[in-house]
Amino acid sequence: MTYTIKGKTGDWELVIGLETHIEVLSKSKLFSGASADYNPSVPANIQVSMVDAAMPGMLPVLNEECVNQAIRFGLAINADITRRSIFARKQYFYPDLPQGYQISQPAEQPPVVGRGWIEIESDNGGMKKILIERAHMEQDAAKNKHDMHPTKSFVDLNRSGVMLLEIVTFLDIKNSENNSFITSPDEAERYLRQIREIARATGVSNANMEEGSMRCDVNVSVRRAGSNEFGTRTETKNMVSFKFIKTAIEFEARRQIEIIENGGAVSQDTMHYNQDSGTTSVMRSKEDALDYRYFPDPDLLPLIITDDQIEKIRKTMPELPTAKRARYIGELGLSEYDADRLTESIEISKYFESAVDGVPARAKGIANWMISELFAHPEFEMKPADLAELVDMTRDGEINGKQAKDIFIKMLDGETGSPKDIANKFGMKQVTDTNAIEKIVDDVIAKNPSQVAEYKNGKVGLLGFFVGQIMKKSGGTMNPATVNEILKEKLK
Amino acid sequence: MNLIDLTLTEALEQLRTKKISATELTRAYLDRIEKYSKELNCYITTTPERALADAAESDKRYANDTARTLEGIPLGMKDLFATRGIRTTAASKMLENFVPEYESTVSQKLADAGTTLLGKTNLDEFAMGTFSKTSFFGAPINPYQRTRKLTPGGSSGGSTSAVAGGLALIATGTDTGGSIRFPSAITGLVGMKPTYGLCSRWGCTAFASSLDTMGQVARTVDDATLMLSVMAGHDPKDSTSANFDFKLQTAPLNLKGLKIGVIKELSDVEISGDMKSIMEKRIQDMKESGAEIIEISIPNILDALAAYYIIAPAEASSNLARYDGMRYGLRVEGTDLIDTYMKTRAAGFGEEVQRRMIVGTAVLSSESYEVYFMQAARVRRMIADSFDAAFKKCDFIVCPSSSGPAMPLDSDLTPLEYYALDLFTVAMNLAGIPAVSVPAGRSANDLPLGLQIIGQKFDDARVLQVAKHIEIFAGLDNRPTSVMGE
Repeated sequence: MTYTIKGKTGDWELVIGLETHIEVLSKSKLFSGASADYNPSVPANIQVSMVDAAMPGMLPVLNEECVNQAIRFGLAINADITRRSIFARKQYFYPDLPQGYQISQPAEQPPVVGRGWIEIESDNGGMKKILIERAHMEQDAAKNKHDMHPTKSFVDLNRSGVMLLEIVTFLDIKNSENNSFITSPDEAERYLRQIREIARATGVSNANMEEGSMRCDVNVSVRRAGSNEFGTRTETKNMVSFKFIKTAIEFEARRQIEIIENGGAVSQDTMHYNQDSGTTSVMRSKEDALDYRYFPDPDLLPLIITDDQIEKIRKTMPELPTAKRARYIGELGLSEYDADRLTESIEISKYFESAVDGVPARAKGIANWMISELFAHPEFEMKPADLAELVDMTRDGEINGKQAKDIFIKMLDGETGSPKDIANKFGMKQVTDTNAIEKIVDDVIAKNPSQVAEYKNGKVGLLGFFVGQIMKKSGGTMNPATVNEILKEKLK
Repeated sequence: MNLIDLTLTEALEQLRTKKISATELTRAYLDRIEKYSKELNCYITTTPERALADAAESDKRYANDTARTLEGIPLGMKDLFATRGIRTTAASKMLENFVPEYESTVSQKLADAGTTLLGKTNLDEFAMGTFSKTSFFGAPINPYQRTRKLTPGGSSGGSTSAVAGGLALIATGTDTGGSIRFPSAITGLVGMKPTYGLCSRWGCTAFASSLDTMGQVARTVDDATLMLSVMAGHDPKDSTSANFDFKLQTAPLNLKGLKIGVIKELSDVEISGDMKSIMEKRIQDMKESGAEIIEISIPNILDALAAYYIIAPAEASSNLARYDGMRYGLRVEGTDLIDTYMKTRAAGFGEEVQRRMIVGTAVLSSESYEVYFMQAARVRRMIADSFDAAFKKCDFIVCPSSSGPAMPLDSDLTPLEYYALDLFTVAMNLAGIPAVSVPAGRSANDLPLGLQIIGQKFDDARVLQVAKHIEIFAGLDNRPTSVMGE
């Protein structure tokens, strides 16, 4: 069902557009040679070139690596790569903007990444193509710090000039059917998660909202259920968590519905979201909209991209999360849950595939170990080959589950050597010799006649009791499956 | 012979043959700076210690045969080029105490070629002006008839005053709308605006990025040619820098068979009678040397001024936004952030700079952008296309560098009258093509006048070789001692 909000006069649908900024991973900044490794642990103002500080006479030089990242992302969202695009200056005064302008790509012309789309799970069930209008390159601002002095503010230029990619969804005026854009808070979250996964899989960005490497402006308008018209939208700026985005969308939609139902008209304002109250308020009305005085940056030549460059990047494109997940389920037999967890990041799926190493029979075991044990011990760097060996030993019956766990714990505690070495060292070997097992089974049955009688009278739950006794007697070395089989036979 | 009167070419010869030392030559210039720089006000900052250290190095190199292209040549640097450890003011109060920690590409190339740096020359504030009067440090004086206090032109007026008066042998300049050619013309010097992109803009304080062109001021065409060969070259730090290899050519270009264009639309522009007759004389000279003079048309050339005075302020308003008192330069504390911005920029920028920034901000505003900025950009395109078309019919174009000779500094002109002085020069900046102003004659009151030779993009070397003929035809004496009446 399409998501609707009930108003006094009927049901309302939502039309949502997102402008998502992701901070792009590159060695140096978009237009300077300073390190782009912006993170809060770096001391302030040390990753700053003369260009980033906007010294007189400094000129921007476009970083080719950044262009390639944009193309990479463009290919991942099925977009047209624009062969010739330009840079423009967006001008305003603020201490976090040393040049007095941000170099960006103007709205009037297609930027490096043109029209594209990604697929998300729709509220109606099934998949839905969300159209993307453009993704453009621009400079991030510096960071103002207001908490270091009672009356002064400070500026950290480390982030100044790091590349942002701004991804803008598309609202096709010719197609107002709600099958190509986001129509609910949940879809907004799924869209953003998908963008994040693509960014991570392609290595374009960490796209982490908490760390500030992903930010979002949310455009919301409402219309009566079934209507084909678009309403007036508002834009809520600078959203930094999925939760806030969902709350803001819903609050903003309800606010607009109330205005319209009370006979008013929504004004195309820029809104501010208040995290504490979960409400939005007008930050800037349409009349006060800033005039950014965009004009083509005369310091930069048009960006020309060749077919060659695109093909080169296409060849190095990694498998994207959606395709990877499908393969894990279809070819490796993982559950949807396991597949989701193992495609959360490129590092995780890389580890997983390195451990599986082309042996599908291992996949399930490796998935289980990773999800239940390795994820719980992120500090423990187990070699993928060691995990594969441990899984293989269990699968081949060389050791049983308990022994595998013991080996893992020993490795966790610092025991060196491969799982096989450790098993040998501590004499851990699963007893699969049926004669030996039968002997112990017989022994346990003989020693517990009353339980045997109860079992035979139907209390089958006692099977576990016998298994426990047997395992205890063998020091946990026996193959539980074989024990079970023999035990059941003998208790018949 | 006075050392100061040696041209660059002559000085190099004497240095190479060890008739003079670099230290002697530098000292001669430093003495002269000592004597006249207060009067001419052509330097904002002088660097005598640096000059002597440079000269000592040059003498060492002459001694061990490792002399470089411009070894030991005393140089004035327009105070728009960043010089490491030496304050670089752009003649603005905003940057009065700004000392860069980097060296502009052009000044680095000149230093690497062995020049000795005498100091930083005066200019219009941020290169915005025609008389160098907008300088925060006061206007420089034209060495010709110096008691009359004429302008040496602008914005590179400190450079032309210094080279003409013998306070520098050569100097750098920048030309956004005529800022090298106009001042060179009225101080009897050779001044060139090379092809846009030939010399790197990196490290030179920006005025209008798409028009700013780094160039040279010298006493002879040969000197200007040699100097350009050092300044030119691709710079990966400037995205608009061309990948073009400038080849030094000093062999004279035969005028025979060359087609020289005269711009039809400029013939109706009112110019002084002197300028008119000098233009006619030099054209006659070229004809007699075998050149064919033809009329060509640049239909929109009279709109160039209007287009220029939209595009240049627009870019300037953006380029100068960085002077906000936050990181370097002047800062005047206000009651809050906005007040600090306003007070800082009101105090730091002079009237003309403020005027242009206001114009620039207006023409870029969303309601004016299409009618002003885009329209100006279209005119610019048309002018560039017209020049391209003209160069299919002729090899070079000749036109006056100015309507008349140097005017008194205290001339009371309106801003528009000042802007009109750029009429003969701005079109070449809009088109990005090379143009050199060369001394062509004297006015009735014995002040120098210049003609421009204009060529196609990257035809800079040949443009200079044609200009050399004009220099020879005119045969003027611009030795500093005679200019200064010594």
